[in-house]
Amino acid sequence: MKETVIKTENLTKRFGDFVAVDAISFEVYKGEIFGFLGANGAGKTTAMRMLSGLSKPTSGKAIVAGLDVFTQPEEIKKNIGYMSQRFSLYEDLTVIENIKFFGGIYGLSDKQIKQKSEELIEQLQFQNEIKKLVHDIPLGWKQKLALSVAILHEPKVVFLDEPTGGVDPATRKQFWEMIYQTADKGITVFVTTHYLDEAEYCNRISIMVDGRIDALGTPRELKEKFSATSMDEVFYKLARGAKRSDN
Amino acid sequence: MRIMKFVLQKEFRQIFRDKTLLKMIFIMPIVQLLVLPMAANFTVKNINLSIVDHDHSSYSQKFISKIFSSGYFKLAGDNPSFLESYVLIENDKADIILEIPEGFERNLTRENGQKLFIAVNAINGVKALVGSGYLNSIIMDYNNDIRSQLLQPTTFNLMPTIEVVSSNWFNPNLTYYIFMVPGILVMLITLVGGNMTALNIVKEKEIGTIEQINVTPLKKYQFLLGKLIPFWIIGMIIFSIGLMIARFAYGIIPIGNIGLMYAFLAVYLFTILGFGLLISTYAETQQQAQSLAFFFLMIFNLMGGLFTPIDSMPEWAQWITRLIPISYFINVMRMVVLKGSAFSDIQYHLLIVFVMGIILNGWAVINYKKTS
Amino acid sequence: MFRDRKTLLLLFGMPIVQILLFGFALTNEIKNSKIVIADFAKDIASQEIIGKIEASKNFNIEKSILSSQEIEAAFKKGEIKIAIVFPNNFNYDLRHSNKAQIQVIADASDPNTATTLTNYITSIVNDYQQDIWKTSKVPYRIMPELRMLYNPDLKGAPNFVPGVMAMVLLLVCVMMTSISIVREKELGTMEVLLVSPFKPFLVIVSKMIPYLFISLLNLVIILVLSVFLLEMPIRGSLILLVAESTLFIITALSLGLFISTVTDTQQAAMSISMLGMMLPTILLGGYMFPIENMPIALQVVSNIVPAKWFYIIVKAIMLKGLGFSYIWKETLVLAGMAMLFLLISLRNFKIRLA
Repeated sequence: MKETVIKTENLTKRFGDFVAVDAISFEVYKGEIFGFLGANGAGKTTAMRMLSGLSKPTSGKAIVAGLDVFTQPEEIKKNIGYMSQRFSLYEDLTVIENIKFFGGIYGLSDKQIKQKSEELIEQLQFQNEIKKLVHDIPLGWKQKLALSVAILHEPKVVFLDEPTGGVDPATRKQFWEMIYQTADKGITVFVTTHYLDEAEYCNRISIMVDGRIDALGTPRELKEKFSATSMDEVFYKLARGAKRSDN
Repeated sequence: MRIMKFVLQKEFRQIFRDKTLLKMIFIMPIVQLLVLPMAANFTVKNINLSIVDHDHSSYSQKFISKIFSSGYFKLAGDNPSFLESYVLIENDKADIILEIPEGFERNLTRENGQKLFIAVNAINGVKALVGSGYLNSIIMDYNNDIRSQLLQPTTFNLMPTIEVVSSNWFNPNLTYYIFMVPGILVMLITLVGGNMTALNIVKEKEIGTIEQINVTPLKKYQFLLGKLIPFWIIGMIIFSIGLMIARFAYGIIPIGNIGLMYAFLAVYLFTILGFGLLISTYAETQQQAQSLAFFFLMIFNLMGGLFTPIDSMPEWAQWITRLIPISYFINVMRMVVLKGSAFSDIQYHLLIVFVMGIILNGWAVINYKKTS
Repeated sequence: MFRDRKTLLLLFGMPIVQILLFGFALTNEIKNSKIVIADFAKDIASQEIIGKIEASKNFNIEKSILSSQEIEAAFKKGEIKIAIVFPNNFNYDLRHSNKAQIQVIADASDPNTATTLTNYITSIVNDYQQDIWKTSKVPYRIMPELRMLYNPDLKGAPNFVPGVMAMVLLLVCVMMTSISIVREKELGTMEVLLVSPFKPFLVIVSKMIPYLFISLLNLVIILVLSVFLLEMPIRGSLILLVAESTLFIITALSLGLFISTVTDTQQAAMSISMLGMMLPTILLGGYMFPIENMPIALQVVSNIVPAKWFYIIVKAIMLKGLGFSYIWKETLVLAGMAMLFLLISLRNFKIRLA
């Protein structure tokens, strides 16, 4: 039996008359890489913000890591990691200072921080960069570092909000290797992306259109269901019916 | 509490990493405190006087030399005509024109009465008033000289005179910078504290790092304390440096209790940092925060009683000054430093500033919760 | 920039509020000063003098205090500015020995208020003395006739409004340009423009034009408010005033540009344009404290404050009604400053690109 880490039922967020997220229900299991797709404005970010305790849902139900987003948002924050498309590290701090700071505010002990940062530097091959300002290291490295920092405290779930924006395919591939390693550790990965080829890397994906989840399943299931050869095509078929778009 | 260690470490690292910022925080106040108080001097001296002498008599010569021996006046123009003098005023080369009419000596000695014409550039009304006042009293003096020369000494003495004996307490030499240094120090701390706090928080909003902080278990109050405490400490440090500059560069030794000043400073910093915090909750970008901070700090600067007396402002403006925290601190600093006022003299000031601090910080925290 | 309503509101709202607030509130007159009177004489002469003091707008008589301890306590609370003491037998001394004394004790922690108030009291007493003299004919009188030029009512506004104009225009312009250009640098869009086929000079000038436009609009608002609400005259040529103001705005914008070339973060640019410039502009601009009173070194330093030159120009045109021939030197200084800032900025931009 698969252990459920995220479970939502009719989760809804309204801003005035505007329904950003419209009664979505889904489950995410432990150690899974769950892709969350949709055009800009489809409601991905809003949904993710609700699940990470940043914004209170209007109605519905959502449990993250066994905790209720309505009543225990602060508890949730201790059990999740988060990395956003805008940079989540401090550019004017060095690599090691960032690690120490985030380790510290997640309540790790000095010993844990020391051990974790050594592991992390070893793994990322960052020995020569630890004293450099984050500002001065390449974008791909920053993203890898950001992910490592987001899972420093061994959360149950890590939310990645378009983590690979703006980097070349080779670096993206390396980054996905890191995501797999993360999932192997038993950390559930909840990732939004607009690179559709990346969707193929996920265990399961959901596609949001106009605030609703219009499709959910493994990449293969979805391709079969929509009789498409690629995720691109699936997405195109779904998105054609969308009312909301980028503009 | 352990978390605060990490938060403060981060804040201090970021402040101390930005060298331009660091210069602005520490060097700028020091330089300004060393230079600017000397500029703030209302004492009216070196008044440029242009004299149009139509008489050229021994009386007018004596009169003129008496004027310049007073030390208040400097001669402007070389024996000009009235029109030339007027041009001197237009060019700001002269402040006052004194016209001695033809027959000054003759009329004065024979006809018992003679007019003098004085024209003053009155754009700066106070300067005009004080300058012409000096000239007037010299004229009265000269007048008395002539009388005592021409009249029997006995008759002259019979005129009743009232002497105004004045004594200046707390600052007998009327040194202007003693008055300005404490006020300018307070102003500099306010500028640095209010401004930097506002910008520092908005910077995280603008860059987006605040989003990351929001998903961590770090509590809002911990984050905000992390922003306020460093500037609170920096404010204390600047103040201490300022006191040393006051002591060693200006020779100002506070008469009152230094501990009392620090106590007031502690509360005041709480209030002014709350002001910065409040601004940061209303601004999305650093540009907005800066414009807002500029707007208010400028008002603090000019309406806080640092340069012009609050008592002289219109009633409605005086009400505004009561809402300005700095007006209380400037006042208190001047009272404690110059007059040795004690706690009982400033307790209401302290209370008001404290209440303001509660309101500003409370307002900011409520607002901060709403917007995020 | 124009899409950002908050910023736009600030850009126009700020100067309006400030010019009105400062225009009405700032004055270096000493009015409504609280004083105490200790009248030990309580005779006709002391009462008559107190009556004259009461009639003056400069004083608010708070209460009568008798002991000197009470005077000191009142000073320490910061409640009163001066204390006036009439000794026993004031009138008797005056009438019989022809000599009487009044003691004026001033809280000289503020030297300006102290001397000014003492002067006021002295002139009130002199007035009273003249009244007594009138009864007996005093010979050989010199009668000075005083004419106050440009500002006969000795109001505060004519002195301060030009200063506030200079200050508000300068700081707003410098801040706007420096921040917005550094912002583009931070975002990296400036580089894109600078490597485009356009000449850097043209790029920079085109950056400044929107701000020039905003500032000119601000200028119009400020002038309208000054004339209609603050009752400032424009005795000289309006066209000349607008032309000179435009030059001043260009100088300020160039200064902002210059600051933006020497800083890398918005925070630094703002700190310089505000923390670094606000107090010097107020203190060394000449409108708050007369420059001729300053130590020579500071008089020299004041020359680099653009507001100082504009203040002289505005006074000359608005209050004195003078023409260009009187202010060409100040105009030249401002133009020179603008050129200098523009050239250095341009060079700095080129260095960045190289």
